[in-house]
Amino acid sequence: MSDAWIVVVLVGVATIAFKAAGPVLVGRRELPPRLQACVELLAPVMLTALVVTQTFASDEEIQVDARIFGVGAAAVAIALRAPIIVAMAIAGVVTALLRLAV
Amino acid sequence: MTEEHAAAPRLRDGVRVALPLAPSPILFGIAFGVLAEATGFGRTAAVVMSATTFSGAGQFASVSVLDAGGTVVAASLAAIFLGARYIAISMTVASIFPGRKLRRLVESQAIVDESWALSGRSGRFEWPLLIGAGGLFYVLWVISTAIGTVLGGVLEDPNALGLDAAFAALFLALAMPYLRNRRGLQAAAIAAAITLVLTPIAPAGVPIIAASAACLLGLRR
Repeated sequence: MSDAWIVVVLVGVATIAFKAAGPVLVGRRELPPRLQACVELLAPVMLTALVVTQTFASDEEIQVDARIFGVGAAAVAIALRAPIIVAMAIAGVVTALLRLAV
Repeated sequence: MTEEHAAAPRLRDGVRVALPLAPSPILFGIAFGVLAEATGFGRTAAVVMSATTFSGAGQFASVSVLDAGGTVVAASLAAIFLGARYIAISMTVASIFPGRKLRRLVESQAIVDESWALSGRSGRFEWPLLIGAGGLFYVLWVISTAIGTVLGGVLEDPNALGLDAAFAALFLALAMPYLRNRRGLQAAAIAAAITLVLTPIAPAGVPIIAASAACLLGLRR
């Protein structure tokens, strides 16, 4: 099985189980408040780590290059409430143009 | 309808309230298909992942970690940690699902961030809205992914197009709502620091997994 398929199976099974956790285990106890707080923080934590990796990581090095300008432009767009798909397009286009220019 | 105490919502009401948001799963589904195909993830794997995982953030995370040279374990854990929020989300709607366990298992897959948010907009969660909206998003998501994988085949070097930066922008936009409260912002800052410090010294993918430790901030009162 290729890497992609192993990921598809592992992530698929886990996500299906997470979504079913509440509805299938109804009536059972709720998450303890502190554990609940940790689970809620997982999303911003993982997303931030992904932003950092996609912006600065390059072959296991930290590299400041065209990406930072693309992501910076997208951050401005997001702050101005642009739709996500627009912010993505801005990041991609700015980065690609800078790569062409350099 | 102007009456507040109107009839209980039906499935088609769920579809109707979800229609204005339809461009989102369509565009992201296409984007996911394009990226999966362009980064060598594979067409069928991408479509099957959309049909089973049905969670944009997790799917994008897996593909981007693999594309960056991360291991299978790192790519899977990144998406699994991201998906863990569905434990909390599904607990909030646990009581609205009727029927036997198997039916609840199947129907609970309609839970995504958007369908969940729509289904609770009257102040309490309503099953027909969740299933109607989630069902529409599901169909659009899977079909759009398939379309995207066909389009993605024509791209030669995705990173030359700035797709890595586009990924970053996507994750940033998804993170933004969580960063409005102090706890979320603090945890994100710690995660960023862990990732930056570990990137030069740890194998690809590991810094992201290690950053998940920042969620332990939730243990503090």
